Parts: sequence; C-alpha cells; structure tokens
Amino acid sequence: MGENGFLRMVRALSVKRDVIFAIAALGLVVLASLCAPLYARVAGVDPFSSNVAGTAVRHGQTLDLMQPNDNPLHLGLTPLGPDWSAGAYSLGADSQGRDVASRLLYGGRSSLLIASAAAFLCLCLSGSIGICAGYFGGWVDILLSRLLDILWAIPVYLFAISLSVVTVGHGIHLGFVTLGADSFLIPIGIIALVYVPYAARPLRARVLSLSRADFVTAARGMGASDFRILRREILPNLAPSMVVLAPLVLALCLLAESALSFLSLGVQAPSASWGTLIQDGEGLLYTRPIVAIAPGVAIVITVLALNILGNALRDYLDPKGAGR
Amino acid sequence: MIAALLSRIGQMALVIFGISVLVFCIFFATPGADPTARIAGRGASPQVMERVRAEYGFDRPLPVQYMRMMEKLFVSRDLTSFVNHGQQVVPEVASAAPVTLSLVLWAAFFWVIGSLGIGIVSAVMRDSWVDRFLMVLGLVGLSMPVFWLGEVVNLFTQSRWHDTWMFRWVPPLGYVPLTENPLGWARSLLLPSLTLAVSFMGLYARILRSELLSAMGEDSIRTARAKGAGPVRVWLWHGLRLSWLSYVSLFGLDFAQLLGGGALLTEVVFALPGVGRLTYQALATLDLPLIMATVMYAAIFVVIANALVDGIYALLDPRIREGQHGR
Repeated sequence: MGENGFLRMVRALSVKRDVIFAIAALGLVVLASLCAPLYARVAGVDPFSSNVAGTAVRHGQTLDLMQPNDNPLHLGLTPLGPDWSAGAYSLGADSQGRDVASRLLYGGRSSLLIASAAAFLCLCLSGSIGICAGYFGGWVDILLSRLLDILWAIPVYLFAISLSVVTVGHGIHLGFVTLGADSFLIPIGIIALVYVPYAARPLRARVLSLSRADFVTAARGMGASDFRILRREILPNLAPSMVVLAPLVLALCLLAESALSFLSLGVQAPSASWGTLIQDGEGLLYTRPIVAIAPGVAIVITVLALNILGNALRDYLDPKGAGR
Repeated sequence: MIAALLSRIGQMALVIFGISVLVFCIFFATPGADPTARIAGRGASPQVMERVRAEYGFDRPLPVQYMRMMEKLFVSRDLTSFVNHGQQVVPEVASAAPVTLSLVLWAAFFWVIGSLGIGIVSAVMRDSWVDRFLMVLGLVGLSMPVFWLGEVVNLFTQSRWHDTWMFRWVPPLGYVPLTENPLGWARSLLLPSLTLAVSFMGLYARILRSELLSAMGEDSIRTARAKGAGPVRVWLWHGLRLSWLSYVSLFGLDFAQLLGGGALLTEVVFALPGVGRLTYQALATLDLPLIMATVMYAAIFVVIANALVDGIYALLDPRIREGQHGR
C-alpha cells in the first residue's frame, strides 16, 4: 500500500457515516483518558488513595462521602451517588471513597495502553510467524503450524488466566530480566501471546499465496535475494492484511484485558483498568450501579468503534471477506 | 480414506501431547513461579520449603514430575488439591460438568435461533434500515464484555425491576439441577444462557448474512429462481443449503471452546457452579492442580471437537472429501 493508496483509502472511508462516528468516539475516549491527570488536579481528587472519611460539596452543602444507609438503625455505609455535575465526585464515590469519574479516566489510560501495546506486539509476532511459516515453508512451517495448533486448542481466556495465575503476585524472574508483579508488561505480553494464533493464521495464508504470486517468481528470476523479496514484494503486500487485523485485534485485546482485570489477574493495585473498576463496583451493584456500569459503557463504546472501523477497513481492502 | 483417518488421529495425538507438555510447563516450570512457594505460603522457612518440595516431588527432574502428573490426571485420576487436602480434583470437575453443559446447550439453542432469524431477515431486506439496524445491534452485541452484560442483567432482574411483572419469575442467582426440578432448571439458566448467547448471536448473524448474500449470486440460485421457486424456498432451502457449511464448522469450534471453559465469566457472574466457576474459585487460592486439570481437559476437548468438525465437514462437502479443496 503506497502513499497514494493510503490517501485513496482515507478519502473513501471518510465519507462513511459509521466510520466518522467510530473515529470520533475513539478520539474522544483517547483524549479523555489522556486528560485524566488534568481532571484529577482540577477537581482536586486522588483516584488511587482511599478517602473514606472525606467530604464533597453539593449545592453549597458539605456531605460525607460515605452516607449512612436508609435502614432504620442506619447500619452500614453507602458511598455518595452521582449528581452529574462537572465537578468533583460528579459520578459519585466508590466503596473506598474514591472519585469514580477520575478512576474511570485513569482506568481508560491503563486499558488503552495495555490493549494497544498488546495488539501491536501480537501483530508483530504474528507477522513474523506468518512470514517464516508462509514464505520459507518446509519444516519451519510444519513446526510453527503445529505450535499454533496447540495454542489454538486452549480456550483463549483459560490460556490467559493460566499464564496470569503463575505470574500474578510474583512477577517474572528470568535471568537478568526481572518484571515486578505490578508491571504492565506482564498483562501486555500475556494478552499478545494468546491472540497470536488468531492473527498468525490468516497472515500465514496470505504470505503463502503471495510467495506463489507471479511477481515474486519474477523477482526471484531476476536474482533477488530472499531478504529483498521479503522487504520489497511480500511486506508491502502483507501490510493491508495487517491493517485490517489491527482494529479487530485491538478490540479483542481490550476485551481480554478487561476480563483479566475483572478476575483480578490483570493490572495490579494501585493501578486500575476498566475491568478492575467493574470488579470494584460488583459489591455496590444494587446500591450504586454507576460504579460498575460506567466502565462497562466505556468498554462497549471503544470496542464497538474499533469493530466498526475494522469492518470498514476490511470491506475496503478485502472485499471478498466482507461482512464478518 | 483409512490412511487419512489414521494420519489425522496421529496428528491429534501429537497435538494433545504438545498441549499437555505446554500446560504442565506453564504451571510447574515457569521460571520464577515456584509452586513450592505457593503451597508453603509467604515467608515460609527453608526447612518447610524443603519438606514441601520433597512431599510434592518438586525436587525430581521435570520429565518425571510430568509423567507423575499425567498419570494422576488420566490413569489413576486421584490428583488432589494443594489447598483443600484430600479433595480429589477429577471428581470435582466431573460433578461440575453438567452445569456447564446445561448452560452452553441453552446458550447454543438461543444463539442458533437468534442468529438464523436475524441473519435471514437482514439478508432478505439487505440495505434497508431494518438490515442496518440489525447489523449494528449485532455489532453492539459482540462488543460487550459478557461479565459486564451479566451484571447489568442482574441489576435489572434481581434488583431494580425484580418486583415488576416482567422479572418476578426470576429465581435468585444459582443453579437448580435438572433431576430436581426441570422447570426451575430452565428458569435458573434462561438469563445466564441468553447473556452468554448475545455476542455469538451478533457474530453468527453477520456471518450468515454475508454467506447468504454471496450464495444468492450462485448459478444454482438463479436456476432455482428461473424454475419458479418462490422467495421462501429460494432463501430458506437453496440459500441456507449453500451457506450453512462455514456456519456449522464455526459453531462446532465455539461450542467446544465454551464447554471447555469459555463460559467461565458467565458462570462467575451468575453464580453457576460449573467448571468455569470451579476454575475461578481455584484462582483465588492458586490451587494449581485444579486449574491445570480444567485447562488440560478443556484443551483436549477442543482438539477432539475440532477433529470431529473436520470429519463432519469432509463428509458433507465432497470437494474436501475428494481432496480437491485441500489446503
């Protein structure tokens, strides 16, 4: 895909209403997440430390963050609910008295960072595997394909859970490489790895058909080396397939990250991602549903936008496989 | 034919062996993740660590440990939990399996019915607002995290609207065995299985629609139309016949993945005591043998299901059987 091809694609896609919606939504989510520290400073809230004894100002009145329950004896505490203003505690507080809105924004930072890094890593790995298996063939292909078969057979979430459960709380110590238990690199690596079979299979098939194409035979006939063929012929033609996969893999990574964090196996405290927030809100589901609902809505909007974008890209670049 | 079957079985055995090695390595040979430390607890003295290591056989070479573990899992089936001493893992999994099976069967029922309906309606009314609406709905369905959707469902059916006429029938979270009370069984599984089915419904409806639309361009459809077949016959009989192969093969894979533990999150949110929830509970206590057993069984189950799907596919599609369509 040359520069002209790219421009043509942008022009063709930018007239579609659903693509405009998707890009606007994604831009908004990313921008909001980037502004998380700004919001926390302006509103004067700390999203990470517990603030059970804190107060918030509503309509000129100072209210405790943890309100006594309505039952006759006023037993137990319920966090302050949302008032939908723009200031501090606009979405209320969670069970630790932390500002839900600021946690939502910070959670978006973690979720988006982990998911996009994992998707990038996954595509790099899958691309390399696809090229090795598809272009060189022979025993390399057999070995890699069998390996993918094995990974493919383990249900994705179970695989991710298995890898997380042995690293959670301990981190990874591999010779001179040490990753702390709270390092984002652990969930990134795990999520990237579990989706490799998903992305590597179509890429391998594409490389295989490309390496049998006439222009590759022609290049080889003209004496081009393998490296030159890969760089000049295969890679540029593989790029569209990777571009189509990117938003879809990113969407899957985001969902996987939220599931892992929901099971407390993803990002570790004090960091939080959208999945962690849903987990936090589970205990308050019937009294303060906003705590669990809001991060889920953020996930749905982001994943939906990515899926719309991915489908539009596929329709444009790969019309035969359209509609999936 | 027999040679192909044998080679297929050989490949399957190889993949199963690979899976067992991989899963074993994840749990017992990950560098830096020492299972002894897990069992002995934080800050255990070196003597305690040494005793645990000897008792569980972690001081033996890895291949020996692997063989012993496989023997306990598949031959003697007396692998015990690291956490609840004396609790056997295999019967535990076996007793949880019917719950998962019931849940996934109901979900599959809903997602097949739903996706057939949505897919056919959108294909017939393609490019109308109905089609566009249904496809967006499908996309929303497959963009929702299933555990979050489950919580939203719980919020409305257990709390907010529980006392209205709509959801008064919803039983409290949990499972009722079929043998105890068939109606209660169906009621306790209705909402969980619908929740689980939503994302698949979206995905399958989209696939069916695109397959149906591409089938409509085939010569056989044109012939059928020319011979005077009505729209119902063209779409439901000729159209589905051309497009159901990829639907069925995909269905087999997803069904197996769900049975193998893909329904974990749904079971957790709806408190259904299936294999997934068992795994989840083992996560909290880091009970490695239990998690390993469920992952191993799941993977082997998926491999066998894949082979079955391939076999059915080959039986149904003469192009593959004759090897003309081979990869």
